Amino acid sequence: MIGLSSYLTLGAILFSISIAGIFLNRKNVVVLLMCIELMLLAANINFVAFSHYLNDISGQVFVFFILTVAAAEAAIGLAILVTLFRNRNTIDVDQLDAMKG
Amino acid sequence: MNFTDLVFYFFAAMLVLAGLGVISARNPVHSALFLVLSFFSCSALWLLLHAEFLAITLVLVYVGAVMVLFLFVVMMLNINLAQMRQGFVRYLPIGALIALVMVAQMVWIVGPVGPDVFQGEQLNQAVQQGADYSNTRELGKVLYTEYVFPFEVAAVILLVAIVAAIALTMRRREMTKYQTPGKQVKVRKADRLRVVQMDAESNE
Repeated sequence: MIGLSSYLTLGAILFSISIAGIFLNRKNVVVLLMCIELMLLAANINFVAFSHYLNDISGQVFVFFILTVAAAEAAIGLAILVTLFRNRNTIDVDQLDAMKG
Repeated sequence: MNFTDLVFYFFAAMLVLAGLGVISARNPVHSALFLVLSFFSCSALWLLLHAEFLAITLVLVYVGAVMVLFLFVVMMLNINLAQMRQGFVRYLPIGALIALVMVAQMVWIVGPVGPDVFQGEQLNQAVQQGADYSNTRELGKVLYTEYVFPFEVAAVILLVAIVAAIALTMRRREMTKYQTPGKQVKVRKADRLRVVQMDAESNE
């Protein structure tokens, strides 16, 4: 029987996959941004599942705002990435050490 | 197992496989396309949860706008693919280990095994709405009354994102020649034309 815990398990699996993706793709900033999108999607699955199983529509309003902020984040992240590639000619995270952090 | 369960398992499996594809694809373009597939599967799952408006929004906004932006950027950057894959094998054991530990912990809490925290009666109040129930109408009712101020803030965030993205990526090339319409309109005859008086030459 499909219940709340099935959707929460799916969200947990998806979140862990994107955590692994951040570990594996240390060189490629584009794939890192995609992993962040996947993480936000996992959180959204939890919100929608709780909204359905608690019969409360506020959870879907929160998903709406998360989608908005994620779209803004993707746009600004990709703009920074394009500027970075124009200046440094690489998107390797290891070589982005201009600030000596 | 009824038909709804079958649909859930099908789309959940597709979502997980697409997620694995995103993190393991060799080419970033393939990663982006796998991400599109995972958004589609997730949208189908949200339809199962009666969140029709958000399911359609996910397809329209994410697949239609954000992922196209990703694909544009991936194709615009000239990425050295072989160099990008360095360290993948080196980080594979630690990454897989941490992911497995995390998924085991979270499934132990929220999943069907372990302590039964998310299977109580009060956590299963799902109501099967009738055919005249409109998810979009209900969402709008809440969004424009109770959450109207956060809604305005979200609009401002989007505006800031537009301005920031344009300001970051716009650049003027020094070599480009372009017209300034204001100067063109303001110009007078005396600025451009000079009448030279000179004597007519004789033919002798």
